[in-house]
Formats: sequence, structure tokens, C-alpha cells
Amino acid sequence: MSASPGPSRAQVLALYKQFIKNANGFNNYNYREYFLRKARTTFRKNRALEDPATISAAWDTALKDLGVLKRQSVISQMYTFDKQVVEPLDPKHHSRG
Amino acid sequence: MLRSFGRSVFSRQRLVGAVARRGYATAKVAFDVPLETHTDLQKANEDLAQARSNSAEVIESGSTALKHAYQENTGFGTRPIYLDMQATTPTDPRVLDTMLKFYTGLYGNPHSNTHSYGWETNKEVETARKHIADVINADVKEIVFTSGATESNNMALKGVSRFYKKTKNHIITTRTEHKCVLEAARAMKNEGYDVTFLNVDEYGLVDLKELEAAIKPTTCLVSVMAVNNEIGVMQPIKEIGAICRKNKVFFHTDAAQAYGKIPLDVNDMNIDLLSISSHKIYGPKGMGALFVRRRPRVRLDPIISGGGQERGLRSGTLAPSLVAGFGEAARLVKQEYETDIDHVKRLSEKLTKGLLAIEHTSLNGSPDHRYPGCVNVSFAYVEGESLLMALRDIALSSGSACTSASLEPSYVLHALGKDDAMAHSSIRFGIGRFTTDEEIDYVIKAITERVEFLRELSPLWEMVKEGIDLNSIEWSGH
Ligand SMILES: Cc1ncc(COP(=O)(O)O)c(C=O)c1O
Repeated sequence: MSASPGPSRAQVLALYKQFIKNANGFNNYNYREYFLRKARTTFRKNRALEDPATISAAWDTALKDLGVLKRQSVISQMYTFDKQVVEPLDPKHHSRG
Repeated sequence: MLRSFGRSVFSRQRLVGAVARRGYATAKVAFDVPLETHTDLQKANEDLAQARSNSAEVIESGSTALKHAYQENTGFGTRPIYLDMQATTPTDPRVLDTMLKFYTGLYGNPHSNTHSYGWETNKEVETARKHIADVINADVKEIVFTSGATESNNMALKGVSRFYKKTKNHIITTRTEHKCVLEAARAMKNEGYDVTFLNVDEYGLVDLKELEAAIKPTTCLVSVMAVNNEIGVMQPIKEIGAICRKNKVFFHTDAAQAYGKIPLDVNDMNIDLLSISSHKIYGPKGMGALFVRRRPRVRLDPIISGGGQERGLRSGTLAPSLVAGFGEAARLVKQEYETDIDHVKRLSEKLTKGLLAIEHTSLNGSPDHRYPGCVNVSFAYVEGESLLMALRDIALSSGSACTSASLEPSYVLHALGKDDAMAHSSIRFGIGRFTTDEEIDYVIKAITERVEFLRELSPLWEMVKEGIDLNSIEWSGH
């Protein structure tokens, strides 16, 4: 990855979509909201990056973070709890028990 | 949703194949076992409400009315909003992600140095130690792992004073410390040490002049907490550190509620010992650390003797999963510091403004020297416990959380000079990384409605509204 020209705009956008998709996968309301918020703020902040080395480092970190997010959102779907009082019950969603 | 993920991730083909290979006659049976395991919290909630309404104290305060105070929100979930961040914080999924591999293969004893199993886990332990030390600008060699802040506090208070008992026998602490510091100090008193409990002012702050005056030639340790767990008040740690250094006494601070939440630098602040708890920073429970300064060296008698792990200060095999989880939690509090503090501050201001807009409410503790993630408010003419009962949809604790079994009012609020009634009507709100705007809005609305409801039931409130000065009344009986 050392001499890579850095990710393209389309690649970054695709990665961002992956973050949103996986964050949305969290069954837990608070984790879901947090990772959605984090994805938005991180990508917005990194948009200002210019130095190729910094961009490349941010890209690598993001890939690692996406791995964590994917695993954890899957785990969150396996060990579920009741919905939170601020969360609307979605009838399309699975019911308890 | 889960079913589809189950098919894609855990290939069905492979499962069926494995069964067929073993040649069971039942190979055709579809083992469509759901991967999901659901925990029903509502049941716990109902049991709790039941237990509470059965208790004698509550019946006296009129439990039928409380049933009306609690309203279910149809169309929404039932799990309460978690606002008890001072008791403990939710484990960050990123922390769990670092911990899992220690249960699926990385099981070596970190103290085994004859094979790679031990070497692997030892490497992870040392990485974690570095992350933990970095948050407070300490050296890795100065971090001793313990089972939590309770153990760290005991180790500091008992260990240091026992080591120096030949020449010194005096300990200074404050009245608003966590129970574990107060009890450890009391235990030392029983061992024959002299203990000074400093008073705090109405804002919960210690008086530096009083502190300096309390130091004697025989004083070996001053222990003052960085952030109070009930009222969120921040003590002037740097100033206390300077006083202690000047007078050549060791300075211990219980930073369970402060570590990773307010800026701490052990060198700049002249801290000699500092207690940390992992589960207050989104890490695993049952894990903590004690920072022990090396230069100038702080010496202490270990409480736990054994194989000499952790520089002989705390023997016993480490739990690498907990250590690594704690390390990741520490790395995250450092990495997310700015984001977290901005978020917490914003929500805290919103909540404080919303709650203080209700008449006859007041913020406990200093409004300026505080960690914003802890908001303690008194609602006059409302009983805190009744309010909590009417708030089954919000997980909160009253000021007396420490001794929640009894309805004894908080000793911390007493130390601030609050009367029993005020202490009884106080509630602590804890805000953290995972709290949302939506939740805060819900809480403000719920509290406003229910405080009003409960006050309508109170004869005192009627008098207040009629303009009768309650202090002018001569109470009979009791
Ligand atoms: C200030 C303070 N000290 C110590 C503790 C105890 O920490 P632990 O649960 O890690 O033993 C707590 C938590 O309740 C605390 O708030």
C-alpha cells in the first residue's frame, strides 16, 4: 500500500456507504446512533485532508474500523434486547421471543 | 433480517455437508435453529417495580398514585433509557472486539515466558498498559493492574500507610469520597492510624488552606478524589498536588470518574498515586489500575502476596481479555476525547437547562468546577424515590445510590450542607458517549410531567402554592 495513489472519490463514497450500512445493522439503539454519528463526523473531517500520506493512513484506519463494525453489528444481531423507549416499534421487524 | 444474515455468513451448505459426512440417518432434518438469543429486560423491569411497590416504605408514600404517574408509550420500545453512567457505562463494541480473541484462541498465560502462547498474550498486555499510561502521561512501568478502583483505592491507602508506619501515621481525606476510600480510611483508623476527614464547602470543594493546615510532620498520604461520583464536582487537583509536593507527602487521587473525561497529567499535577476503573470508560467490569509513581519513588506494602506479578505489588495471573479491553477503552477515550467531551457538554447543557426550568429545582454542587457528564438536581417537594418509581422508562439513581438498599439520604449531599428533604429529593443524571439528543429530550419531558404530577399529590406543594412559608409551621408528632 506504500506507493498507492490514494483512494478515489468513488472509493471513499463506497466506503462511507459501507459504514452507514453496518452501523445501521446494530440492534442496539445507542450503538447504532453512535456509529452513524461517528461515520458522518469522521468522513466529514477527513474530507479536508490533503497530504497523501495522511490520506493513506486514514484510509487504512477506516478499513480496519469497518472490519470491527461489521463483526460487532453481526454480534449485536445475535444477542438482542427489547427496543428502547425512544425507538419506534417497527411492525416489519421481528417480534420478541 | 437475522435469518438472511445467517444464511449468507454461515453457509447452510457447509452445515448440511458436515452432518451428511458423519452419515446420520437424520441428515434430512432441517436444523433451523435461530442464531439470535433475546434477553427480555421488560421482565426484570416488571419484577423491579413489583419488588419496589411491595416494600413497606413505598406503600407509605402512596404506591397507587405512582402507578398513575408511570405511563407507557405505546408504539415504542420498552427498554429504559440508560442515564446512570456514574454507576457503570455500556461496553463499547470496539472494546468487545479486542476482547473476543482471548476467548477463542489467545489463551496463554501472559506470565509464561517459555512459549509463544504466553509471549503473544504478554505482548497484548503490554500494549494495553501503554494505552492506559498514555492517557495520564505516565510511564508504562508505573501502571499496576487491579480488579477495579475499589482495589486500587484500598491498595493506595492501606499499602502506603503500612509501608511508612515506622515514621508516619497520619492520613488526610475528605468527607465526600467514595465509600471504598472512606471505609479503607476507617480500617486504617482501627489499625491505629490517625485520619483527618476534611469538610467541603456548599459547592463540594475542599478548602486548600484547610488542607495545608491539616498536614502534620507525621502525615504520609493525602487522598482526594478528582471527580465526585454523585455530584460531578471536580477538585482542584493540580493545586492539591502542589501543596502535597511542597510538604513532601504523597498524593493519591481516586480518578475513577475522571480518567479519560477530564485532562489529567500525573507529572504536571504532581500526582503520586491514581486509581482507575475500566468500566467507567466503556471497558469491561472487574478491571482497573493504580498508577504508582517511580520518581520520586512511592513504596507500598502489597495487599495480595504471591508470584510477584505486577512488580510484586499485585500478585496473581492477569486476565488478558480484561486487560486488553481496558487498554482499548483507554485508547478510545484518548482518541475520542474531543468528540466525546463536546457531545457530553452539549447534552449536559441541554438537560440542565431543561430541568432547571421546572420551578423549585436546583443543581447540586459547584456549577463551574464540574464534569458535565454528571448532573445532580434536587426537586423540592418531591420524594426522589417516588420520582424514580414513576420513571420506570429511565434508568437513573438518586443521590443515595451507594446504599440503595436503604432509603438513607446521601452523605455527599449532607456534607454539602443539604438538609434531609433536599437530599431525598435529588436525582443524578449521567450522560456519556452513547447518549443521544432524542433521549435527553424524552427525559426532560418525562421529568417535567411527572414532577408536576407528584407535586399535585403533595400537601406541602399545595401550601407552597398558597404562599405559606413552610419554615413557619410548627410540626407536631414525629
Ligand atoms: C469515585 C469512585 N471510586 C471508586 C469506584 C469503584 O470502582 P470499581 O467498581 O472499579 O471498584 C467508583 C464506582 O462506583 C467510583 O465512582
